[in-house]
Order: sequence, then structure tokens, then C-alpha cells
Amino acid sequence: MKELQRDKPVVRVELPDGKIGWLVTRYDDVRQVLIDPRFSRAATVNHEAPRIGPASGAADSILSKDPPEHTRMRRLVAGAFTARRVEALRPRVTKLVNQYIDHLFTLSQPADLVENFSLALPVQVICELLGVPAEERHLFHEWSDHILGDESRDPNEIEGAFSELSGYFRRLIATKRAQPADDLMTALIAARDADDRLSEDELVGLCVTLLIAGHETTANQINMFLVVLHEYPEQLERLRSHPEMIPQAVEELMRFAQLGTSGGGLPRITTEEVELSGVRIPAGEVVIPALTMANRDSALTTDPDQVDVSRPLTTHLSFGAGVHHCLGAQLARMELQEALRGLLGRMPRMEFAVPVDKLTFKNGMVVRSLRALPVRW
Amino acid sequence: MQVSDECIASGCCLGIAPKRFALGADGRTHPTSAEIEEDDTVLDAVASCPMEAISVHDAQTGEPIDPA
Repeated sequence: MKELQRDKPVVRVELPDGKIGWLVTRYDDVRQVLIDPRFSRAATVNHEAPRIGPASGAADSILSKDPPEHTRMRRLVAGAFTARRVEALRPRVTKLVNQYIDHLFTLSQPADLVENFSLALPVQVICELLGVPAEERHLFHEWSDHILGDESRDPNEIEGAFSELSGYFRRLIATKRAQPADDLMTALIAARDADDRLSEDELVGLCVTLLIAGHETTANQINMFLVVLHEYPEQLERLRSHPEMIPQAVEELMRFAQLGTSGGGLPRITTEEVELSGVRIPAGEVVIPALTMANRDSALTTDPDQVDVSRPLTTHLSFGAGVHHCLGAQLARMELQEALRGLLGRMPRMEFAVPVDKLTFKNGMVVRSLRALPVRW
Repeated sequence: MQVSDECIASGCCLGIAPKRFALGADGRTHPTSAEIEEDDTVLDAVASCPMEAISVHDAQTGEPIDPA
């Protein structure tokens, strides 16, 4: 893959569904694909774009829009996810982290960290933020698994899960219209009803996207961070003895640990001819930004294949960039910081109960999800 | 208009208002021009910035326009 980045940084590839696209692997080029408006997400909707992710067909999704349509939707939710608003949530997240660890201590060893901690935490946080009753999470958990996780291979099942989850939110929106609350869903309903800044389908789609995106992603970054630290025990030791390094360690682990199954970001389509690293990509072509490879480009940082928790901050692309830069990035960072702080601080001798090569991943195509992570402490 | 040190180079503003912002050699985003005519896309960028790092003032009076 390094040779590809060096010698053929923009290369025509056959995608899993047989279509042809351009794989872009250098940091500067990937960043440009993510930011430059000539690489369109909206154009993928009617293009029968390749399905490397589940969100390709959803025209109402915020992930499938370009400015100015995208901007209109993003503005409605951006305020709930700013660094300042997220910081105000930190004490609540710290408390939840401690509650889940308290609960772990009541279980017999080994216990599954996925179910009892790494999935529980982000699900609880996004439910509280949106105003979804967390006690109903068993209802939507299976749908989420179909969309991002275990079963996300069959397009029909993905569509089915999307429509069930949409139905769930349509019912919940009706409830909240009758009984407004102090939560993000109520604020979005007001934006729809009072100001007509959002269609009903967009409102539902936004709720679905926020719930799903706040679900498997952070959960599996917690897992993958622990796997990386387990594989590099000297890094783990440095972090344990220097917890003040946790914020920069989170950035480094975000750069280093691969979240997506493919390592690629959502595909774009060129709206006009664009030249990248001397290669001309004609208009109307599919372009895949290889986020994981870009994060390991020496143009971004020195010794990019080393994990170093003391590395100075990098502008890694794990949250994407441009208008689709992860809306929940600050929230994810904060949750990941508090999760690491809690686990390293209160379970300093935590170890995996099975070897890393015996850990199994769910079958899904989007996020690399561990089925379980049995630990002792 | 200004971009503060809080900038993490998410690139949101670069996508929304590509003529108004540019990435600097320091890895942060800067205005292409500090003094501009009224431009709604810049206000969109202010509202979309995850770090709330962008601010716009009236060039004559210094009064804050956004965030107000």
C-alpha cells in the first residue's frame, strides 16, 4: 500500500460492486477530495454510486447533500455539538464512566467490556442528547446492527432496518410534538414546525443519522484504542503514568487505529475535471478518499507507522474534513478521553482474557466492530 | 472577520465558503481577506464551525456581527 501511495497516488480501481472509481491515497489529495466542492456527495445519490457504505441512496440524509442544502441542515444541529457545549457535558460523561466501571466491578471475571462499557457509554450519551429514552435502546440496537454492524451486507436488510428505525423516530417525534422536552430532538422539531427549515423526511433522517453515527463509532474506537495499547505495552505504560497526556493520546490513537472496515471515506463524484497529483480525473467519476492511508502518510507526520502517544497534534483525517467533518467529533473526543481516563485510572491492571488474534469482528461492511472484549482486572 | 487559535482545521468553512477561507502553512485556517463585503456564506461558516473559532465584526464600528 505504501508503494501505491508513493508511485500511483491516484489510481483507477475496481470497487466491490464491479464499478470503476479512483482511489486517492496521499494526505494532501485526500484532504482536497474531502474539502473541495468539486467532489460532490449529492451527485452520488442519482449516480448509482458504489455501495461501500449504507448511506449511499438516502437523498434526504445530511451525508448526501452539498452546500447550500447541506449547510441549512448542518446549521440546525451544529450548535449542539460545539466544543463549548460538549465541554458542558463532560461531568455527566465522567459520572457515567464511573457508573459503568462500578457495575463492571460487580460482575464475575472475565466480563465483556463491549456490552458493559464501550457500547453502553456512547449509546447512553447520544440518547440523552437527542432525547431518546435509553431504556428503549434494545429496540433500535438491532436496527443499528443491521445498518452499521453485524448484518450490514444485504442491501435489503439495510433498507429494512432504515425504514424500521425511521418508523421508530416518526412515532417518537409525534410524542415529542405533544410533550416537548429540553433535548435536541425537540429543538429540531421546532426548527421544522416553527420555521420550516427542515422537511419532515429530513427531520426523521437527521435523527436516524445522529443516533447511528453516535453509536458504533465511538464504541469501537474505545475498543480499538485498547487493542492498540495492548499491542504496544510501552505506550500503555506511558499513558498510565502520564494521564495528562490523554487528550493528545486520543488524537494519536484516532490517527493510528482504523475505524472503518475499508479504511475509506464516503465516495464522492467529480462535478468537473480535477487534477490530483498530476492525474486528471474527468467529470462524473467516483473518487474514494483513503482516510486510513492518508493518516499514515509521511507528509502528515514523521514515522507515520509508529504509534506514539506523545506525538504532537496532527491534522489527521479520521473525522473527515470539509463540510462533512464529523459533527460529533468534539463529543467523540471527550467521550474517548473520559473513557480512557476512567479505565486506565480505575482498572490499571486490566488485561484481555483472550489473545488479540482470537477477538472476532462483526461481519458488517462499515465499522470494524468487536463482537466482545472479555477482560479481567 | 477573524479565525481564532481554537481552529482545528476541520475544513468546514473551506467547504462552505471556499473563496473566503484558506488553509495556512501553520495548519490552521485563515480568512483570505480580513475585510469583506456582507456575505451570508461567511455567517454559515460561523454557525457551522465546531470550535466556534470564526467571528465577524463591523469593520467601521468594531461591533460584533456574528456571534452577536
